[in-house]
Amino acid sequence: MGILRIICLSILSVLLLMPSVCPAKEAYKIGAILSVTGAASFLGEPEKNTLIMLQEQINNAGGINGNPIEIIIEDSKSDETQAVLAAKKLLEKDKVLAIIGPSTTGETMAVIPTMNSEKTPLISCASASKITEPVKERYWIFKTAPNDYSAAEAMFKYMKDIGITKVGILTITTSYGDAGRMAMKDTAPKFGIQIVAEERYGPKDSDMTTQLTKVKASGAQVVVNWSVGPGQIVVTKNWHTLKLGIPLYQSHGFGSKRNINLAGKAAEGIKVPLGRLVIWDKLADSHPQKGLLKKYTTDYEARFKSEPGTFGGHAYDALMMLVEAIKKTGPDKKKIRDYIENNIKNWAGTGGIYNMSPSDHCGLDSSAFEMVIVNNGDWQIIKH
Amino acid sequence: MSVFLQFLFSGLTIGAVYAMVGLGFNIIYNATSIINLAQGEFVVIGGLLMWLFSESMKLPFLISALLAILFTGLIGLLMERLTIRPVKKKDLLLMIMITIAVSIVLRGLLMFKFGKDPYTYNPFTEGDPINIYGAYIQQQTLWVIGITSLCIILMYLFFNKTMLGKAMKACAVDPTAARITGINVERMVMISFVMSAMMGAVAGIAVTPITLMEYDRGPMLAVKGFCAAIMGGLGRGRGSVIGGFIIGILESLTAGYIHSGAKDAVALIIMLIILFFRPAGIFGSKTIIDLRRF
Repeated sequence: MGILRIICLSILSVLLLMPSVCPAKEAYKIGAILSVTGAASFLGEPEKNTLIMLQEQINNAGGINGNPIEIIIEDSKSDETQAVLAAKKLLEKDKVLAIIGPSTTGETMAVIPTMNSEKTPLISCASASKITEPVKERYWIFKTAPNDYSAAEAMFKYMKDIGITKVGILTITTSYGDAGRMAMKDTAPKFGIQIVAEERYGPKDSDMTTQLTKVKASGAQVVVNWSVGPGQIVVTKNWHTLKLGIPLYQSHGFGSKRNINLAGKAAEGIKVPLGRLVIWDKLADSHPQKGLLKKYTTDYEARFKSEPGTFGGHAYDALMMLVEAIKKTGPDKKKIRDYIENNIKNWAGTGGIYNMSPSDHCGLDSSAFEMVIVNNGDWQIIKH
Repeated sequence: MSVFLQFLFSGLTIGAVYAMVGLGFNIIYNATSIINLAQGEFVVIGGLLMWLFSESMKLPFLISALLAILFTGLIGLLMERLTIRPVKKKDLLLMIMITIAVSIVLRGLLMFKFGKDPYTYNPFTEGDPINIYGAYIQQQTLWVIGITSLCIILMYLFFNKTMLGKAMKACAVDPTAARITGINVERMVMISFVMSAMMGAVAGIAVTPITLMEYDRGPMLAVKGFCAAIMGGLGRGRGSVIGGFIIGILESLTAGYIHSGAKDAVALIIMLIILFFRPAGIFGSKTIIDLRRF
């Protein structure tokens, strides 16, 4: 009996000691502050879904060099104060290596001082250029969403090519519209384009024929509408009703198939500068973004039964940059930051081909956009 | 000339939406003196249910409209039964606060069911917009104006020519006196909520092809509709219609001749000036207002 007892005990002790003999590798913690609820939830929701999906995919494939990743997602409720609290919690309690987000420009600006004093990299999903400029004061800050200026440049570059010199603009009275108006006013002169009319409307307005009539009367050759939400459909329908006789351009906020369906035949002929995420199936097979866009969009649609949209893509790019940086340099905040600044070159993401540098923490320019026209209820890339 | 006409037509379109929402405020106000701040949500529910029945379930137009109106009426009934009736202390301010709470809950439920995207369906009649002296007006705008007029006539007949309508008005002025004369006050309040929800649904069904409808459009509709109602004189059907059109046309003319960035401000300032000289609204009577509790 004695021998049996000894054998049993030794087996038991081996079993008990197993974990300490062969420990599971420690998880790399990454934080995310997203506007999952509140006014900006249309941004935060696809971003959150994207991160959850990618975390599973990465961990199922063995994680980063064998270490799983753990993404801790905090809901900022689209509120600046909540975003700052979330950042402090992620840094002090969870001790994350880096933070993805926040989803909006206002929240990002609010957390920047915290990130700088805690010396932790932040990759924002918001678009305003002031997030990464001046670069000297944004040592730890990056972003993956293209600047509004880049969209405006892509649009005006195309207009210059087809000989348009006078433009009337319509903007929504939200931060998105205001940023767009600034971007258009600043970039238009570089392309020899004059803004001859400048009109506005509220996010829930029901008729914009007055503004469109004024734009037409000002002698503009095209009208540009810069907005998000139902306003862009109302403008499209009014433009169609009035038979305005001048082409309608929309901002990249129009980039969802839903908008074409809602506007119906009124949307025919609208021109939009779009990131390649929504038009991946129109790209040539040789395009460096095509493969990853196809996988991301089809995976997302299969899992969440909705379009990821450009916004989900911003979170995708932010996480993939971090994953690559951690894989190459290990879990060190400073090294991760240096890697993103210096080694993200010709890097294909969902938003475009990124080229980060010590003087550019966004890495995208107007080449991230294609000019697209609505034709037979579908997008079509304009060759020019 | 055609530019001015176009501004005017745009104002009519905007005003028709406000007027129609404003009408709904009057029914509950006429029966209870409560301002129902969930009125905007009734409009949203009407529009979204219409989409659900006609576009998602592919039911015929009239059946969808009828179902949408009935369902919204049912929600009005539930709102009254669950939130207004159980209140022991019938304080007006308290009940108005309850309607705000209901509007928040309804908005949350709508977001769960329909998500955050806007919805729309085809206008009642297909076809080109109507061209008058070089200015265009959408056919749907004419529908909204027509339906609004019909609603005013029906409301006028109801509140002034039927016993039920007169009984409802009596409840608002003095519930105790109404009860002494044998009016079932609780029932009148319930009917007013159902009718006002149905009126909201009609508005939602009519304006959705113009404005689109999404879960959080309610507060904006309620604010503008409420402005229309107090400008014309609360409780007066034609008052809220005139008020709605005045605000709509003011907004459009300001956008056209001054600047589109200033349109809401100018329209509201003019509304305040009118209320300064006529505190009871354009058609309201000061004596009646003084007799009321709120």
